[in-house]
Amino acid sequence: MVLQLSSQEIAERTSAVVEELAQLEGPLLPILHAVQQEFGFVPAGALPVIAEGLNLSRAEVHGVMSFYHDFREKPAGRHVVKVCRAEACQSMGGDAVAERMRERLGVDWHETTADGNVTLEPVFCLGLCACAPAAMVDERLVGRVDEARAVALLAEVGA
Amino acid sequence: MRIFVPRDAAARALGADAVAAEIEAQARQRGVDVEIVRNGSRGMVWLEPLVEIDGAAGRLAFGPMDVADVAGLFEASENHPKALGPTDELDWMKRQTRLTFARCGVVDPLSLADYEAHGGLAGLRRAIGMTGAEIVEEVTESGLRGRGGAGFPTGIKWKTVAGADAPQKYIVCNADEGDSGTFADRMLMEGDPFTLIEGMAIAGLAVGATKGYVYLRSEYPDAIEVMSEAVRIARQERMLGGSVLGSAHAFDMEIRVGAGAYVCGEETSLLNSLEGKRGVVRAKPPLPALEGFLGRPTVVNNVISLASVPVILERGAAFYRDFGMGRSRGTIPLQIAGNVARGGLFEVAFGLSLAEIVDEIAGGTASGRPVKAVQVGGPLGAYFPRELFDTPFGYEDYAAQDGLIGHAGLVVFDDTVDMLSQARFAMEFCAIESCGKCTPCRIGAVRGVETVDRIARGDRPDEQIVLLKDLCETMKAGSLCALGGFTPYPVVSALTHFPQDFTPRPLAEAAE
Ligand SMILES: Cc1cc2nc3c(=O)[nH]c(=O)nc-3n(C[C@H](O)[C@H](O)[C@H](O)COP(=O)(O)O)c2cc1C
Ligand code: SF4
Ligand code: FES
Ligand code: FES
Repeated sequence: MVLQLSSQEIAERTSAVVEELAQLEGPLLPILHAVQQEFGFVPAGALPVIAEGLNLSRAEVHGVMSFYHDFREKPAGRHVVKVCRAEACQSMGGDAVAERMRERLGVDWHETTADGNVTLEPVFCLGLCACAPAAMVDERLVGRVDEARAVALLAEVGA
Repeated sequence: MRIFVPRDAAARALGADAVAAEIEAQARQRGVDVEIVRNGSRGMVWLEPLVEIDGAAGRLAFGPMDVADVAGLFEASENHPKALGPTDELDWMKRQTRLTFARCGVVDPLSLADYEAHGGLAGLRRAIGMTGAEIVEEVTESGLRGRGGAGFPTGIKWKTVAGADAPQKYIVCNADEGDSGTFADRMLMEGDPFTLIEGMAIAGLAVGATKGYVYLRSEYPDAIEVMSEAVRIARQERMLGGSVLGSAHAFDMEIRVGAGAYVCGEETSLLNSLEGKRGVVRAKPPLPALEGFLGRPTVVNNVISLASVPVILERGAAFYRDFGMGRSRGTIPLQIAGNVARGGLFEVAFGLSLAEIVDEIAGGTASGRPVKAVQVGGPLGAYFPRELFDTPFGYEDYAAQDGLIGHAGLVVFDDTVDMLSQARFAMEFCAIESCGKCTPCRIGAVRGVETVDRIARGDRPDEQIVLLKDLCETMKAGSLCALGGFTPYPVVSALTHFPQDFTPRPLAEAAE
């Protein structure tokens, strides 16, 4: 469920995160991770709070955030499905599995289904290269995903 | 009864959690007293989940286990259909030389007592009695070279940091393991985290650094969990902290999580990321050894380089150096992946040929079809055809074939692979992951994809092939780091060894 967050709430909760982590050496990535953990994405309203807490410009914080594939500017779907697109998975038919998932969900990479249920993301290696093809459904890793398994996995999250 | 069920991510991805839960349920139902240990993986991924029962005759292996196979473990288990016999007697285990991975899969990853009972901490204890210079000398003498890809002698890097004068120095462990086909870092961190911590503490003693960081990729949630917990335990047990094992030395460390950028495995990009900046590559000099994290002298080493240090200190430089060949000393954890009958981690002295690895150890392809190509060393590594399968596994030997061993991952492809697609993917990957600092990489990779597409479409293919080769030369010569600089390896090797695949394709295929 995506709750409507007030800008005050975003600012307060971000502030608490910044306060907790600002004393680390190189605190920005840990803060961005913690903010994303808190809200499910990094809301635009969090950036000025982080910037102020770390003595950076808002543009700098945004520049860092946008460099990394992990940080989202928008909420993801209720479920996130990551499919490995790298070589070991390719060697075991991963392309067909990925294609099947895309077709089944009716979305392209990085997109969320219209009902807000599933976000589909490519990933380059999950370290499961000896039991390829690999995928990650929310927090759960899955190995040896063939097309039938892919469809079953999507069915488990209601897609 | 003690039963081992791996908590390794690959084992879990193949159902280990459900198997562990079923063992617990069955034990309760039968009133049998069972202690379940969630160990690391033994590295036989094709047999995962691999369950072991600790019996009078040592550990007996069963695998690959399904929930339905669990009940049988409580009956006449010798006749169990999944019984494999004593784990240590399995061919895959017997043929290895496990130095770095000696404890992985054997011990409870989060028991420091277990760690010590299996030889852990001996290296650190010895190091505490030595001077920093003596430790550096020992590591140099062992012949250990970086296992992260570049193969730089570890002792020499440490010597530079040791010689630098600064109020604070750092040990940074590169656990970004972005190369496809590799999982040694992950397996070690999940299966034997204290070995990495011990290696980092020894590095700290050697160069005079009191603080360490592990930069761990976010794609490895299990490794993050185990490492974080292991650091907490190590601190609690005074293996880390103000007085390491009661000595006058201080060393502590933190786990930092990456954010999904391949280029952050490059050491200077990693340092920028650790500092909270964009993961853009820095020009060298200055070397990170002199001006690294926050501008301070920093050792940046791969997980396996650091995790190989405890055994070197424990058994001595000569012991380690006696394994291997030429300038490739010691052992290397091969990661055999992709389309193979038996995939997993196999630690062995340098020098095996690709034929031995692929045909004998891995047992050929999973599909049963002929092997067409093996990509060695991750997405920047060359594709090897069967004609080069006699290449011995070593840094110089692979370089001589216009390839690299990288982080020692091998991805096997059967004869259905289309090498033009693989060349296209190499360029596409470089375009996606480029840090954007230099033009040959950022723009060159995009041009590379377009050029390969033109070959596929039959748009003056001969000219395009010449163009693609030129482009690769430009990328090699003009890129600041190995992302742009080595992407030509997979592309050129595909072109050189598999020219028959670089011909126009039927329209239907080219359209996608
Ligand atoms: C694009 C790129 C990605 C890299 N990725 C990794 C990596 O994931 N892990 C790693 O240890 N080294 C990686 N390296 C190599 C590091 O730059 C560096 O050589 C290494 O961390 C040094 O440690 P070592 O001497 O122990 O190997 C990468 C290099 C490049 C150019
Ligand atoms: S070669 Fe690519 S990744 Fe490396 S510094 Fe240049 S642009 Fe960045
Ligand atoms: S290549 Fe897909 S998990 Fe490693
Ligand atoms: S920095 Fe010179 S080639 Fe990478």
